[in-house]
Parts: sequence; structure tokens; C-alpha cells
Amino acid sequence: MNLPYRVTLEKRLDAPRIVVWLVPVVSILVALAFGAIVLAVAGADPLEAYGQILTGAFGSLTAWLDGEFYAVSETVVRTVPLILTGLAVAVAFRMRFWNIGAEGQLVFGGVFAAWVALFLPGVIPGIPQTLWVYLPLMAVVAVAGGAIWALIPAFLKAYLDVDEIITTIMLNFVAILTYQYLFTGPWKDPEGQGFPGSALFPEFTWLPRLTGRVTLGLVLALAAAVVVWLIFDHTKLGYEIALMGENPEAARYAGVNRAGIIIVVMVLSGGLAGLAGFTETAGISHRLQQGLAIGNGFTGIIVAWVAKLRPGWIVVVAFLLSALFVGGDQLQISMGLPASIGAFFQGMILLFILGGDVFTRYRVKVARRPAAVAVEG
Amino acid sequence: MDLLTSILAIAVFAGASLVYASVGEILTERSGILNLGVEGMMIMGAVTAFAAAVASGNAVVGVVVGGLVGGMLALVHAFLTITLRADQVVSGLALTLAGGGLASFLGQRLGPGGAPLVGMVGPRFRAITIPGLSDIPVIGPAFFDQDALVYLLFLVVPLAWFLLARTRPGLYLRAVGENPQTADAMGIDVFQVRYLYTFVGGVMAGVAGAHLSLAYTPGWTENLTGGRGWIAVALVIFATWDPRKAVAGALLFGGVNAIQFRLQAEGTTIPASLLNMMPYILTIVVLVVITRFESIRKKVGAPAALGLPYNREERT
Repeated sequence: MNLPYRVTLEKRLDAPRIVVWLVPVVSILVALAFGAIVLAVAGADPLEAYGQILTGAFGSLTAWLDGEFYAVSETVVRTVPLILTGLAVAVAFRMRFWNIGAEGQLVFGGVFAAWVALFLPGVIPGIPQTLWVYLPLMAVVAVAGGAIWALIPAFLKAYLDVDEIITTIMLNFVAILTYQYLFTGPWKDPEGQGFPGSALFPEFTWLPRLTGRVTLGLVLALAAAVVVWLIFDHTKLGYEIALMGENPEAARYAGVNRAGIIIVVMVLSGGLAGLAGFTETAGISHRLQQGLAIGNGFTGIIVAWVAKLRPGWIVVVAFLLSALFVGGDQLQISMGLPASIGAFFQGMILLFILGGDVFTRYRVKVARRPAAVAVEG
Repeated sequence: MDLLTSILAIAVFAGASLVYASVGEILTERSGILNLGVEGMMIMGAVTAFAAAVASGNAVVGVVVGGLVGGMLALVHAFLTITLRADQVVSGLALTLAGGGLASFLGQRLGPGGAPLVGMVGPRFRAITIPGLSDIPVIGPAFFDQDALVYLLFLVVPLAWFLLARTRPGLYLRAVGENPQTADAMGIDVFQVRYLYTFVGGVMAGVAGAHLSLAYTPGWTENLTGGRGWIAVALVIFATWDPRKAVAGALLFGGVNAIQFRLQAEGTTIPASLLNMMPYILTIVVLVVITRFESIRKKVGAPAALGLPYNREERT
């Protein structure tokens, strides 16, 4: 190809602050502009659609003045699992361990939590049936559930060098099928009259609500973000995770135990996803039923990457992507557009963020090609 | 038909889409590009192929459209990872996520007059019995009583193998995947080769999707691919980047599908969800075995430059 202009990429050592901030914002705006084209082609007015997404996700000014914050609170409800799965993915991705299995780990956390709520009171009746005993117990067991599920790919990678992308993906399917088997089979509510789901959890296992449907799970998610931030920035473990991700060779010479750290990271990652399973079952559905595996584990990948794997940003991005989901549901109700448009937009945003990143990592130079010289490089 | 014959016949039928997708991904990965968007390209291929077939009344048009859509999505991945040097793992995942969302969106829009495609009946590929050959015991009904897309594989797989192993373009392709610096020095256009085979891989993933929506399970339902794209990615490792072995792997997985059907048809007491787990668990088991086996032989066929961006200015 002989274009009159030549574009070269020069690696930046350090990007100016303004670039670091501006690039993701512009990328998202471009993604939304592209989304507007798709909406227009699909026969919907893009401006109206975006307006609907905004009011669907955040409510309107008049509603706020009436003290009505239902829309925002629903967006916060959806934010909680996304913060946790975003953190789960970030912990693993920071080491370049490609844990695509947060979805399955979340489901396993939910299944384990459900077991505690449904069967533990019967198995060990002696445990005081109060919130303060049962909730921490469920949370810990859910974390263990997610971690156990994450340990399978972790061991396979650490000791047998089996590709973790494939194993984590496959375990998602296995986890989801297991959970569907449970609530339609052995754990099905005997009094459910054909309704596919487990019995309702006893009330002493319900996460208390703060406002609307927002539960204590929000506090848990924010606390998890702080903990992950502390681990990343202020512990030896965090340093070793980052070193393994950036330069495994250097990490080996620095004496980092590769197998050990893979296992620790995946316990942490799976545990965080498992915790999301806890907040969703104990906080929202109060039973095991369809709707636990709705893609939060996959959206967590987008959350983590768009937030550049930084815990603080994960909270912000989780909130914004949640708004896209909740607003997208609104589109389905008011404009008859499929709710899956939300998932498409999120994928688009990730693609544009990925593409835009070239401006952060490289100095893009466009130079007029000297007329006579055709040979390059 | 006896048991073995019928299982083999279903195995071939069920494995066809896996062969398309994994041979395509083998070509892509041989050029050094890891495209984890197979599932997304496959499901987009499936929905657009079915929509085009319904609109045109012709299943062949569907395959062409599905293949082109798969190829176009692959070009997005190519642009991001080859030109903009974005992370290949994340870009492929993004493609799968965006493709899945877009496919279910389109599935509710692409029917005649903007109607949903779900539940619609359209043109499909039907089995064509090849006289003579189909009379061979066992193999005959399994391999020569299939649809046109399966027969096309009898051509595609040997061609892909021949291209890789015996031709100059195939040598260039492997060189680019093993050592792009050297390939560049030899005068091979690394970027062009990578773009080309990423596109080819996408086309084949799209055709794989088309086989699902036009032959295997004719019609469109949400989540039609059900992780087959990921199984295809796993098959690439199973096949150690050799198209011939991908066929063996795909038959194995098709065989599991067949046994699953068989058990369900005979009214087994094993719950369906447990039966449905079999292909996924098998994928993990096979991957573990292959990884062990290959590391003992010290011959893992992964292209050396797989997943790494190539940058002319940064010589290493």
C-alpha cells in the first residue's frame, strides 16, 4: 500500500495526564455515537432512546423533587454484583491469569449460600437462627464456594500448565447446569406447584435493606473494593501479582512462587465472585431460581478492563454499566427494543476502549510521505 | 441402522460446525493471532445466515452472508490487535460479548418486516444421499448421507492441511506465526498475512454458525451456539494446530452429543442438565490429557509468536 501519508506509532514512556483521562471518555462517547447509528438503523430515534436510558437508570428531575429515587436505587442494586465480579476479574487479570469463569464462580457462591439458608437450620438446629450468625456464615460459605470452583483451573494451570481460558469457560457451563439441576431437581420447592426454584430462604438469612432494594451488599462490595485496593497498592502480594503479570521471568528470578501465587490469586478472585453470588441470593432473590447467571461474570470483564483494573474505578464503571443495563430494560418497556441492546452496547464500549487505548500507549504520528522515497522500514 | 452407525452419523453431523470453526481458528492462530471471538462470530454467523436464508428463500445465500459477517467481525479483531496492537485476549472476549448481545438483538429484528426470527421456519440444508458410497456399511450412512456443508468439509479440511504443510503461502503463514521479525526480513508482509488469515478464520466461524442455524438445529433461538465456539477454541489446542487432528477432536465431541441424544431418546433417568455437562467436562479432561502428553513429548505445537503484537519499529 502506498498512501500519501504514513502513520507511525511511537511507544510512550509516560502519557500526559490529560490523555489518560480524555481517551477513555472520548472512546465511550464514540461508542455511544456508534450505538446511535445502530439504533437508527433498527428504526429507533437514538436521542429518545438515550434519553430513556438516562431516565430509566437515574430517574427524572421531577421524580427526584418528589423524593422518588426508585430508578437510581435499582441502578445501585445492579451495581453491587458488578463491583464484585469486576474486582474478581481484576485480581486475576492483573496477573494476566485469564479468569473468564467469574460467572460460574458467582453461581457456585450462590449455590453454597443457598445450601446454608435452605438446609443448615435442619442439619444443625443448634445454630442460633439470627441474622448476625447466619449472614456471616452464608457469606463465608459463598466465598468458599466461589473459591473452590476457581481452584480447579488454578491447580490445573499451576501444576499441569493447562490453559486457563478454556477451563474457566467450560466450568461456567458446568456450574450453570449444576445450579439449574439443583433448583429444578433435588432442591425444588415441594410446595412450589411446578414453579422452577427452591423454597424461599428463612427470613433470618435475608440481607437487610438500606433503602429501596439496596441491601447491605452494597457496603460489602465497597469494602471489598477497599480491600483489593489495599492488596494491590500496599502489600507484597499485590506487588508479586503485578510483577507476575508484567514480567513472569523477572518474577521467577525475584523468587515469586508461581504455583503458590496462582492459587492465592484464584482463591481471592473466585471468592469475590462467590460473594456476588451471596449478595444476589441472600439480598435479592431469597431463593435459588433462574436469574442468578445473567452474565454478571462476563460484564465483570468489561468493568475490570474499562477501569484499567483499578479498584476505585471499578466501582465507578460498575455503576455506569449498571445504568446501561437498567436503562436498557427501560428501553424494552417503553420503546419495545430488545433488552439485549444493553449487552451489545457494553461489548461495543469495550471494543472502543481497547481501540482508543492506542492513543494512551503510543504517540500516533501522521507524516506526509516523501514523494520519491517508496521504501520504508 | 445399528447403534454404531447412528452414533457415528450424528457425530459427523454435530461435529461439522466444530470442524469449520476450529480449522478456521487454526489458520488464524498459525499466523500468530489468537482470536477468542469465535463464539461471537459463530453466533452472529448463525443469526445473519438464518435471516438471509429466510429473506432470500435460499440457504446458500445464508451461508455466504453468515460467512461474510463472521469475516467482518474478525476484521474488527484484526484492526484492534494488528494495527492498534490491543490485547488479543481482551479484544477476542469483547468480540464474543458484543457479538452475543448483537445476535440476540438482531434475532428479534431481522425477520421479514422487522419481526423476530425466533420460532420461524426457513430454508435449510437437507441430507443428500450419495448413491453407491452411502451403501458402504457403517461409514456410508455416517459420511455420505449428510448435508452439502458437511460434504464441503471433505474439501476444506484437506485443503487447509495442504496449504499449511505443503505450499509456499502456507510456509509464509507459519513463518509469520513463529517469527514475524524473520518473516518480515524475508520480505513477507506480516500485517497482510495476519489480516488475511484472521479474516479467513472469521469466515469459517461464520459458516460454522450457519451450519447450526441452517442444518443442525434449523432456525434461530437465543444462545444457539451454546459454547460451541469455545469448544472449537479448545479443539485447536487438542489438535495441536493441525487441521487433520481437529477432525478427530470434533468427531469425539460430536460423538458425545450423539450418545447424549441416544440416552435421552431411550428415556434415561439421568437428568438432562447432567447429560448436557458432558461435552464441557470432556473438553477439560481432554485438554488436561493433551497438555500433559504434549509436554512430555516436549512438542507443543503453539506458534511461537501467538498472542504477541508485531511492531516493525521495535525489534527484539
